Amino acid sequence: MKRLASHALFWPVITLLALIALNTAVNPGFLAVSLRDGHLYGNLVDILNRAAPLALVSAGMTLVIAARGLDISVGAVVAITAAMAALLIGGSLNLDGETTSRFPMWFALVAALGVATLCGLWNGALVVGVGMQPIIATLILMVAGRGIAQLITGGQILTIYYPPYSYLGNGYLLGLPFAAVLATLVIVALHALLSLTPLGLFIRAIGINPVAARIAGVRSRPITVALYAFCGLTAGLAGLIISSNVKSADANNAGQLLELDAILAVTLGGTALTGGRFSLAGTALGALIIQTLTSTIYSLGVPPEVNLVFRAALIFIVMLLQSAEFRATVRRLVTRPERA
Amino acid sequence: MADLNAPVLVARGIVHSYGGKPALDGVDFTLRAGEVHALMGQNGAGKSTLIKVLTGAERLQRGSITLAGAGIAPTSPHHAQQLGISTVYQEVNLCPNLSVAENIFAGRQPMKPWTRGGGIDWRALNAQAKTLLAGLDVDIDPRRELASCSVAVQQMVAIARAIDISAKVLILDEPTSSLDADEVKLLFRTLERLRAGGMAILFVTHFLDQVYAVSDRITVLRNGKLVGEHLATDLDQPALIAAMVGRAVPAGGGAQAQAQEAAASSKTDCVLRASGVSRRGAVDDVSFELARGEILGLAGLLGSGRTEVARLLFGLDRADAGELVVNGAAVVLKDPAHAISHRLGFCPEERKTEGIVEDLSIRDNILLTLQARAGLWKKLPAADGRALTDKLAQALDIRAPDLDGPIGTLSGGNQQKCVIARALATDPAVLILDEPTRGIDVAGKQEIMNRLIELAREGLAIVFISAEIDELTRVATKIIVMRDRRQAGELPAGASPDDVYSMIAAAPDRGAAA
Repeated sequence: MKRLASHALFWPVITLLALIALNTAVNPGFLAVSLRDGHLYGNLVDILNRAAPLALVSAGMTLVIAARGLDISVGAVVAITAAMAALLIGGSLNLDGETTSRFPMWFALVAALGVATLCGLWNGALVVGVGMQPIIATLILMVAGRGIAQLITGGQILTIYYPPYSYLGNGYLLGLPFAAVLATLVIVALHALLSLTPLGLFIRAIGINPVAARIAGVRSRPITVALYAFCGLTAGLAGLIISSNVKSADANNAGQLLELDAILAVTLGGTALTGGRFSLAGTALGALIIQTLTSTIYSLGVPPEVNLVFRAALIFIVMLLQSAEFRATVRRLVTRPERA
Repeated sequence: MADLNAPVLVARGIVHSYGGKPALDGVDFTLRAGEVHALMGQNGAGKSTLIKVLTGAERLQRGSITLAGAGIAPTSPHHAQQLGISTVYQEVNLCPNLSVAENIFAGRQPMKPWTRGGGIDWRALNAQAKTLLAGLDVDIDPRRELASCSVAVQQMVAIARAIDISAKVLILDEPTSSLDADEVKLLFRTLERLRAGGMAILFVTHFLDQVYAVSDRITVLRNGKLVGEHLATDLDQPALIAAMVGRAVPAGGGAQAQAQEAAASSKTDCVLRASGVSRRGAVDDVSFELARGEILGLAGLLGSGRTEVARLLFGLDRADAGELVVNGAAVVLKDPAHAISHRLGFCPEERKTEGIVEDLSIRDNILLTLQARAGLWKKLPAADGRALTDKLAQALDIRAPDLDGPIGTLSGGNQQKCVIARALATDPAVLILDEPTRGIDVAGKQEIMNRLIELAREGLAIVFISAEIDELTRVATKIIVMRDRRQAGELPAGASPDDVYSMIAAAPDRGAAA
């Protein structure tokens, strides 16, 4: 069992190491980590920090996909959550430099995350209750969500002046970026939940054969709704981190295309898009791969106008590396002369 | 007659192994023009492997195959088809979302003469499909979506697709496993017609009576070796079973004795009572009482409402009228989980799509229902799970190299036992089994039947659905006959298959199949 797990994560790990090696080759100081004011600094720490929102969203997405679902509204949920938090905390720059929040910060955080969870529940209700195709059901919120976020922000980019809020995205806990610590905690807790309860078994059963799972007595409907709600919650956490990071809420651009990066991270980690087989650790690696890739593009100094093309090419190479069929083809091409 | 006809497909000394494990060991096989030839054997005897080799799904490893005198080595089913060997598989390999005509001609559709690769000649396509189907006695609109047709018609479409390619040899791999009696007749009529036209037909089935209804010749395989080739008239059923199994198999039974036993011991122990249970469009007015130790047989043709009754009893569909009393309490079952909480167990009709969860391990499959009933916060300790699955695997004689391996690798019979074990793991009061022996070889069938009888002796109440009436009459302590989605009547233990058939046939107006 252990050997199998390490085998399943083998290629994601190789890919990540290859990207890090590439970066180190270009920039010899890439691996350096230094301690300043009790905080760790360095490219690797930076990648951990920046990958946190994506890792959180991808963790929720992993479970939804494992149960044969899909949630393409996570980017919009990020925007809604950011807008909610910005509105509730608000804060204005006083002349004397003192800032206050409109509501207590804990209330703003809980309310924003509550709204995010409600968004997920809405998706789950459409998929399970109404019986819509997941991609269509979540497309509704993906499109409408940006509108909702704009309504909340009044069509403007809300700036959050309340300093404590910026801790989420910029603060440090025990020398490590708080966002990275939070993402790690969520993923570890989720992993514990999946292995200490039969939830993982149920999710796999639903993903592999939903009809048989229902007949076997698995309550697939409430479980599926809960998974969508959880996915909304993780998108909400990502929304808080992202808005805290830039100290503002941008209804149009916060979490833009995050849903596609999340699906990519899930796929890179070895989770089957057809449901059933999934790996949380793989997803975390996937998120790190994507963030490292982004860093690579910056460190290589790729001109902005070809940035996206370059990124696509890199992703293409990574996906080829991960494809068992492609590797088999290469192996055949290599071994053919020996056979002949 | 058939035996005078020339050999069309001759295989000699076929040896085939999978990764060093031999599946066929020097098998000879001869198929003649204008005959229906049954290939018989238990699961694992090598039937499928032989068919795969003949149709090119597996490369020929050793031995020779000649078709109409010329040596061939088919490299793929497509290649075999071009050579003149067409195959219809057990699971219909068609596209349910395409029309009947599209399915028949997909890949070689007639094109309009003035376009190349552009326009399909839909009129010609549909007309040709219609003619072809009419030749098989199937009268349907070829423009219909395949999914809207019955399984029997889909099977006919698969055959139409196969024979259209000017085939010399037609191979049917368990074509009847999902057909009811009338549909089987229709299929056999088609086979007879094709045989009269000189087609050489190879036929694989698990239904022994069907072998005799249609075959001219029988070839028996056992453990990858040829046991013998016989004229159907020279090999009676017990001899055939003995040849397949390698020993004589005693028929289980004793339903009568058991009925008396059950009646004497527990007249009042009614665990399941249905009165007037109905669901619009599915079943109308079903009533019965089931006591501990009883086996209630549900008989009827496919589509008579047998399966629908089982679905209502297990909460898969909701009844909209009538009352269901489980262990003395009236219940309205909301879903399977609810039924399981009332100590009902269920083994569904479609093992692959409704029963097993293919990529999960055998243990997880068996424990799934127990764990689902315990809920999310009570994880079954791993050691308990292992002990329970070991015990059930032993009790049901589940033969698996490794219980931690995926269930998909087991044979059909062993998978079925796992699904039964899953239900038994929850210690149910009532076990509902929908066609538990379908697609399972003779010995496996007998084992499952014997095990069910034992379970009933231990006090389990069983609802047993089977299309095989003689199997039903052998074990049931009470039989309900379904007809046109209604309860046609009830028969006591010891009723003969003919009693059941006459009750099915007693309908004032029975629509023709298809």
